[in-house]
Amino acid sequence: MTIKDYTNFDSNIDKPGDDSLIANADIAIIGGGVVGCAVARRMALEGACVVLIEKAADILDGASKGNSAILHTGFDAPVGSLEQKCVSRGYEEYLKIHKSFNLPILKTGALVTAWSEEEENKFEGILKKGHDNDIKNLRLLSKAEVLTIEPNLAQSVRAAIAVPGEYVIDPWSSPLAYLQQAIENGGQALFNAEVMDGEFDGKSWLLNTKRGQVCARYVVNCAGLYGDIVDQNVLGGAQFTIKPRKGQFVVFDKAASQLLNSIILPVPTERTKGIVLFPTIFGNIVVGPTAEEQESRSDASVDKEILISLTQQAIQKLPALANIQITATYAGIRPATEEKHYRVIQDSHRNWITLGGIRSTGLTGALGLAQHVHHLLSKQGGDFEAIENPSIQTVPNLAEHLPRDYKTPGYGEIVCHCEMVTQREIFAAMEGPVPAGNLGGLKRRTRATMGRCQGFYCTARLAELTKGKFTNPLGFGDVDD
Amino acid sequence: MTNPLKYDICDVAIIGAGPAGLAAATTLKKQGIEHVLVLDRESVAGGVPRHCGHPPFGIIEYARVMTGPTYAKRLVATAQRAGVDIALKTSVTRLGSDGVLTIATPEGTGELKAKRVLLATGVRETQRSTRLVSGDRILGISTTGALQSMVYLKNLIPFRNPVVVGTEIVSFSALLTCKKAGIKPVAMIEEQSSPTIAWPLHNATRLFGVPLFLNTQITNIIGKDRVEIVQVLDGKGNTHEIACDGVLFTGQFTPESTLARMSHLDLDYATGSPVIDQFGRCSDPAYYAAGNLLQPVNIAFNCWLEGRRTAWWIAQDLKGRDLS
Repeated sequence: MTIKDYTNFDSNIDKPGDDSLIANADIAIIGGGVVGCAVARRMALEGACVVLIEKAADILDGASKGNSAILHTGFDAPVGSLEQKCVSRGYEEYLKIHKSFNLPILKTGALVTAWSEEEENKFEGILKKGHDNDIKNLRLLSKAEVLTIEPNLAQSVRAAIAVPGEYVIDPWSSPLAYLQQAIENGGQALFNAEVMDGEFDGKSWLLNTKRGQVCARYVVNCAGLYGDIVDQNVLGGAQFTIKPRKGQFVVFDKAASQLLNSIILPVPTERTKGIVLFPTIFGNIVVGPTAEEQESRSDASVDKEILISLTQQAIQKLPALANIQITATYAGIRPATEEKHYRVIQDSHRNWITLGGIRSTGLTGALGLAQHVHHLLSKQGGDFEAIENPSIQTVPNLAEHLPRDYKTPGYGEIVCHCEMVTQREIFAAMEGPVPAGNLGGLKRRTRATMGRCQGFYCTARLAELTKGKFTNPLGFGDVDD
Repeated sequence: MTNPLKYDICDVAIIGAGPAGLAAATTLKKQGIEHVLVLDRESVAGGVPRHCGHPPFGIIEYARVMTGPTYAKRLVATAQRAGVDIALKTSVTRLGSDGVLTIATPEGTGELKAKRVLLATGVRETQRSTRLVSGDRILGISTTGALQSMVYLKNLIPFRNPVVVGTEIVSFSALLTCKKAGIKPVAMIEEQSSPTIAWPLHNATRLFGVPLFLNTQITNIIGKDRVEIVQVLDGKGNTHEIACDGVLFTGQFTPESTLARMSHLDLDYATGSPVIDQFGRCSDPAYYAAGNLLQPVNIAFNCWLEGRRTAWWIAQDLKGRDLS
């Protein structure tokens, strides 16, 4: 059976082909993860003509697909680092702009919890670091105080540091909102357009993508898990190597939402922030991520033994979770490198910036990184005139604590009952400046099938509603074929 | 269709228009209860039998052998003839104390106050994530319910050559559906040393041409966008790879008890069902429960029977008989 490719969303491009010029822009951004979307937005707002080039059929197909959705204060970032600066600025900007995009935030606060004396001994260092990072409201909590805030935590908790400024956000709608704004303000996005190689003629770049050629004065490589490969293929060499690090997560049913208010952070180790127990903006409780080094940049498979171990760790900290069903499991892959810090590299001679090694803090840091890119480009003579009244397109609210679409009449029908996703929402996600390019994209835009039954009820209806829209359809053929 | 937002007087609100809910509603009307309203979130009433396009349904209820969809239509018609009101596309989002339900419909949201509420929300199969199966999260992974609603309601199929996991009654139903849709499963696997239901599944190979592997569990699902390989572990500890394009998880039913779970009602955490007394009454005496929500999983007839029985108690309760 042959499946037709329906995924040409760029109506302004007539004949995509290997050697045709499909975009001509000031800045080409390679990679439609959260960082790429944020850079596209920032530079579009600064007046540049941007084109975002993504190899998958939709945004957020790589590292940005699976994270812990926390808006970090940066209290534990390396003092004086670029990461700390970007996280802090990203945090500030997010809080400033989220309302205008209808992006939800949930002020949970975080508790760095100690479960052993050894962990407790590290508190002093954490407090000092927080103070040095200018996060002034960290507070040491006794066991009794912790249990007052979180009465369902296990009695074995010893103490905690409260980080009141931490939030949970919608990790998928945020980058979508950024890219939508970039497009609304003159930008363009190309999907299924993997960058193969390119040439710099001293003034501008000609990038060869699987869809055709893209011409741009500047290139910002935000290719995440493939950042080093893009540098290698286009520049002829990379200054870092991606060391993919998988993180598995277990999602508990929404019935758990009453059990926990705060993000429960462990005391971090040298290598990782550790396994976090956190509420999501959608009303679940999630435990994860693990930190597993692996060769593959795309293998986001889950492992039963690890999922069981994660579940047990979650129950140890929050015993009532033993009575809660598991709704979903997933894995994300962080684009770690040989070194811990952000790998931001500017090649001024060739008008190229690489944003590499953006790991756990990327969701928060993206807006800050985008500001940083603007700063780097303006130093390099990239003078653009900021748009005066940029247009803003809002995103639909998916947060459980705010009014969902089904509360407004005229939604047609509920398609996904577990997550109360309406037909109106499904249709909206298939339209707009950045329509869903595959099932994953539709799920991230609407939450359809992401609930407790994982599609037991709605798969059939979704297959019908999306028939002919995706390269990889949910259902194929007609039964009678 | 009844508009639940304008339903001012409600003696009994029944959540779920499957065999248990519809049988209960019909019985209540026959018992002389005036305002009986069945709420269902789907756009068609009838529940799970709607997408079980095969016999045998209705043998005792209607003294003939029917397919699921015919049976479902018959249940609905019987209820409507008895004077039951049915509100479709109506989602109950919250169970309040004393029978106050928060509901959402395409026309708006609101509250419905019922003297008694019967929970008949049924079951669902345990999906892959809850089973904690290792592997890639890709297309081609389904449950019987999802497969059947795709095939019978939408004329689509999620795969052509899946591995079927489980050997319950529903697994047999899954094989029938596959056969009807031209899907040819490559294997049926069962962790135990014998099928959960011996007949007719020990004959699955002969009846459906699907090899049955006992003492075999699924250990990994592999594929890029869609399922390509399933790894299984046999009783001797050897791993085998099966080339396929899908995985069909059948059975391991779990009560669809979310509403009860999120509410003030007591829940039996071992089974996931609301706690009930001998009359089918929950910890808040305004609420009752019946059907597969209480005993995953039973055949439609038993749900129908229990719906009738519980409805009789509700009628007694409303007529002022002391059920303590």
